[in-house]
Amino acid sequence: MDFRWDLIIRSFPTLLEGAWVTVQLTTIAVAIGLFIGTFVGIARTSKNKLMYGLASVYVDFIRGTPLLVQIFLVYMGLPQLLGFPIPVWVAAITSLGVNSGAYVAEIVRSGIQSIDKGQVEAAKSLGMTHKQTMRHIVLPQAFKRIVPPLGNEFIAMLKDSSLVAVISLEELMRKGQIIQTRTFRPFEIYLAVAFIYLIMTLTISRFVAYMERRLKTND
Amino acid sequence: MMKKLGFVGAVMTLVFGLTVAVGASGVLKVGTNAAFPPFEYVDEKTHEYTGFDMDLIRAVGAEAGYTVQIIDVAWEGIIPGLLVGNYDVIASAMTITEERKQSVNFSDPYFNAEQVILVPIKDNSIKGPGDLKGKAVSVQLGTTGDFVASDLKGLKKVARFGEVTDAIQEMMNGNVVGVICDNLVAIMYIQENPGKAKIVPGSFFEPEYYGFAIHKKNIAVLNKINAALATLKANGTYDQIYNKWFGTN
Repeated sequence: MDFRWDLIIRSFPTLLEGAWVTVQLTTIAVAIGLFIGTFVGIARTSKNKLMYGLASVYVDFIRGTPLLVQIFLVYMGLPQLLGFPIPVWVAAITSLGVNSGAYVAEIVRSGIQSIDKGQVEAAKSLGMTHKQTMRHIVLPQAFKRIVPPLGNEFIAMLKDSSLVAVISLEELMRKGQIIQTRTFRPFEIYLAVAFIYLIMTLTISRFVAYMERRLKTND
Repeated sequence: MMKKLGFVGAVMTLVFGLTVAVGASGVLKVGTNAAFPPFEYVDEKTHEYTGFDMDLIRAVGAEAGYTVQIIDVAWEGIIPGLLVGNYDVIASAMTITEERKQSVNFSDPYFNAEQVILVPIKDNSIKGPGDLKGKAVSVQLGTTGDFVASDLKGLKKVARFGEVTDAIQEMMNGNVVGVICDNLVAIMYIQENPGKAKIVPGSFFEPEYYGFAIHKKNIAVLNKINAALATLKANGTYDQIYNKWFGTN
């Protein structure tokens, strides 16, 4: 088999366009996830049965169903329910963001629960309310702890975002598919796509490792 | 180790050779994307592969002495599937293009088609490709509709879908102003879903010809299919099949 390097080189600009869309998609999704996940994660540590219950239903549903199903539910199912169409971009960031939220919630929850109970007790004995304890003692420390798993969630979302190719959002994977339907060389094209994903995930991993080191020396 | 590699290499060559050549059993494996009425689709009631292409390739196969086996695959991978030998010929309303000819051989043309613009029935603004400037259209990924739309200047967006039905649905949802697809597919959609959409009158795009795609190494199959096709055109069978699907010419 002749390996068509020329095809890979010619395709790179288009694939990089797709990679940029992937990065934007992932960043927005994880930002949404961080927002949702912080509240839901705290709710999952709550003694309030309603808050805990609602948060758990959300987390269990998202973690218990495939992301692909969630994407179709949002893109095709919601419009049927609501009666109006949802643009592809909106469907993509909604399904990815809501998905990320559940995983971030678990990360936040374990971050909170990893803070030594002694700290909470000390804060209480100093007369701080639960809210004050969370705001000034628990959460600041918890957020430091969750940086590495958050980094992993970003990497996972980067790869998972490839699924929105099925609703024809032109991110990296979809750009690869488009080139393939014009060149019929899936091996070269998808290898190049994989390579670009790899560069992105390795870069994020390095950055997360760097952040971990910097945060450690702070303690 | 080298002996083992040599053996494995020989077996692989044999298997590859067998997959490229049509088996002695006389089975012609036909790859198709059975989601393109009226050319190839799965009949709701009988669950059989039905359509103009299906009838024609079965007739061609029979004339050439083959038993025809239909293999339904995703459109996106249909040519790669041929190139690795999953099937011997593609019968899937595939337009003969110079780009595709670089990778596959085509039989003689067996159908004349063109791309049309399908719009919602209430639309009054689209009269031709010029009116698509600044707007979004949908197409099926990897079809001549896709290529034609990609070449139009000034379009805001070309939304590419794996299946033509999804592309049409995107228009009915209001996310795009029209679909660029094969004329007969648009006509079939209108027949099956009356009152929802219409074709913009006029011939805006180059005429196209469908052909059966065959692996470049498979000259024998190419010749047999062309010979059979010529016979069917001469003896009236082609016209019979054509009239069945499209009325009198």
